Amino acid sequence: MVQRVPAALGWHGAFLGVDVVSVADVAQACDRFGDHYLRRVFTPAEVAYCTAEGRAPAPHLAARFAAKEATFKALRGSAEDPLDWRSIEVLRRADGSCALRLHGEMSRLADRRGVVHLDVSLSHDGAYAIAVVLGARPIAASPSGVSFGILRRYKRPRKMQ
Amino acid sequence: MIDEIRAVLKEHGRLSVDAATCGERNDLYAAGMTSQASVNVMLALERAFDIEFPDRMLKRSVFESIASIRDAVKELTANR
Repeated sequence: MVQRVPAALGWHGAFLGVDVVSVADVAQACDRFGDHYLRRVFTPAEVAYCTAEGRAPAPHLAARFAAKEATFKALRGSAEDPLDWRSIEVLRRADGSCALRLHGEMSRLADRRGVVHLDVSLSHDGAYAIAVVLGARPIAASPSGVSFGILRRYKRPRKMQ
Repeated sequence: MIDEIRAVLKEHGRLSVDAATCGERNDLYAAGMTSQASVNVMLALERAFDIEFPDRMLKRSVFESIASIRDAVKELTANR
């Protein structure tokens, strides 16, 4: 009975992805490949943000690259799923937080996974940048038809008889 | 072609094994190639062979071994 609880609660409705990227590796890619690298991996808006005057590009680019990889992981992308990095775009909200927008094949992958919402958190400190992505899909009705109210009650600790 | 691919991997692949002697079907990701390194490998291959990998080829499976890279480069250079 206990084993049925996570599935019935819809824990399978959350998809998590994480990735860490070396800032020096991204800086090196910029030095070696320049615009070729930026054009193939990042959207024009991402490049504009990361290369804005007064901003060190490499940590911000590294965090966005990590976000793209973390998104692909969260969507359970396989070795046979194409990953055009530009199809995963990191946006900045007015409050400074980040959001994700999917394009093309990545949007179709999210549809196949049933993911209707993605959230992302980025950070960088010194040598590394990291991104965590959470994907969510609607919780399917449990096979037993148990309602949420009942499930919440089920989660409460029970007094031992 | 294989020698050029090995040279690209040696310079950009961040492999923990010697790219010059790595087996053609060995898993490059298992040998230490990171996602960022695979991008560098892709860009270096595009430069070395004057090609551009189309979106459909931007798959982990295409860059996972010397043999799979060779097959992709062969396909992209076939009609020259």
